[in-house]
Amino acid sequence: MKPLIEQLIAGGPVVTDGAWGTQFQVLGLTPGELADTWNVSCPGLVEDVARSYVDAGSRVILTNTFRSNRITLEAHGLAAQTAELNLAGVRISQTAADGGAFVFASMGPSGKLLMSGEVTEKQLAGAFEEQAQALAAGRPDAIVIETMSDLAEAVIAVRAAAATGLPVVACMVFDTGRNRDRTMMGNTPEQIARELVEAGADVIGSNCGQGIEGYVPVCRRLKEATDRPIWIKANAGLPELAGGKTVYTTTPADFASHVPALIEAGASFIGGCCGTTPEFIRAVCQAVRA
Amino acid sequence: MADTSKLYDAILNGDSKTAVAVTKEALADNSDPLELVNKAMIPAMDEVGRRFECEEYFVPELLLAARAMKGSLELIRPLLAERGAQPAGRVVIGTVKGDLHDIGKNLVSSMLEGGGFEVIDLGADVAPEKFVQAVKEKNANIVCLSALLTVTMPSMKTTIDALTSAGIREKAKVIIGGAPVTQQYADEIGADGYGENANVAVQIARRLVAK
Repeated sequence: MKPLIEQLIAGGPVVTDGAWGTQFQVLGLTPGELADTWNVSCPGLVEDVARSYVDAGSRVILTNTFRSNRITLEAHGLAAQTAELNLAGVRISQTAADGGAFVFASMGPSGKLLMSGEVTEKQLAGAFEEQAQALAAGRPDAIVIETMSDLAEAVIAVRAAAATGLPVVACMVFDTGRNRDRTMMGNTPEQIARELVEAGADVIGSNCGQGIEGYVPVCRRLKEATDRPIWIKANAGLPELAGGKTVYTTTPADFASHVPALIEAGASFIGGCCGTTPEFIRAVCQAVRA
Repeated sequence: MADTSKLYDAILNGDSKTAVAVTKEALADNSDPLELVNKAMIPAMDEVGRRFECEEYFVPELLLAARAMKGSLELIRPLLAERGAQPAGRVVIGTVKGDLHDIGKNLVSSMLEGGGFEVIDLGADVAPEKFVQAVKEKNANIVCLSALLTVTMPSMKTTIDALTSAGIREKAKVIIGGAPVTQQYADEIGADGYGENANVAVQIARRLVAK
């Protein structure tokens, strides 16, 4: 195990951060606008979100670089800013953490599907290598590959991230099937555990796609399938549209009530994804301490 | 008469190469193209859909089967057109304005093509007026709208409203889909159908054109 990961989990479950994207929407991010551009256009707002999680008790915060791979940026005409957006994202989180939290740099999916030929393995590898190196230049504490729906793409991203020498967290979305225990492409927790670890992930897990209650069985199966620590970031339930506004129905207290079961199922890192806020993280911290 | 079970199996197994080879063979053997479609290809796609519903098949198997179906249809369609046969329907599809996610939309598009529909794919981040224009120009009878984000779902309503204002809402049935979309939302904005997944979307499209 990488020393940092070992050191982090030695004292029990580690609380990570909550959602960034849905927080940015509250702050005025418009549909279609790429949140990552805020790293350059309004870094103060990004830093506020990052600091709100540090203040709430997150021991690990991520970076606003989820979409900053060349393939996604190209679709917005921003490919030339790849290195700049990634580096700025790491710097902002480091400033907000100010030594009080570790900074794990975020990498998300390309948005293209390998299998239908929209993108090649070579293009993916190139884009993820470029992003991983750009993030690593800012010296984050680790890299997190998150919200992956396609194991083939996740494996390519993990290899690219592992090549930087930084600890790598890799997590997939389980949102398919009656029990929501498959990825979009049909992979099981056991399959993803095996392949992500083989590709070089130091921590594996799952984020997004469903509310926290569905994560307990997925977490248990991941834990049984590997000796690597497990990372879980659940949504505040599934979003609903009420009167033209996006609403997540799970409350911080509801969310935190599932934390003991997640810990029992083997989670070492616990945080929130879409719809969660600093209030959720405070509630999770309390549940973890209890 | 060629053995249609080979074509059925090739599509069910997502074996594009064999599907095309067997289709060529059958046509060279003077098989009736319509019979190939009705006796082998559509039943194969129905079985693919059934396996998807009971979680034996997932997205990769759907994509492969749709690809095999498309390969075979490309050989058959010109022959059917010669007889004046029309496609199952004409679909204009796109991800709505403000939303750049297109994986789900592409999957539905492939499945519709596999289902014998003519598909006009407008891409992602498509403005309401572009949907209106495409429906008019292509004389489409189905419109499929996709959104991955709750914040872009309202663009679905704007698009339906634009179709209504343009006076073409009656002739173009609207199917909506995407991760945050629900049947309730479809009812709220007056869509004709909610495609919970790519397979269901094709079933609904078939049902709507049969009306």
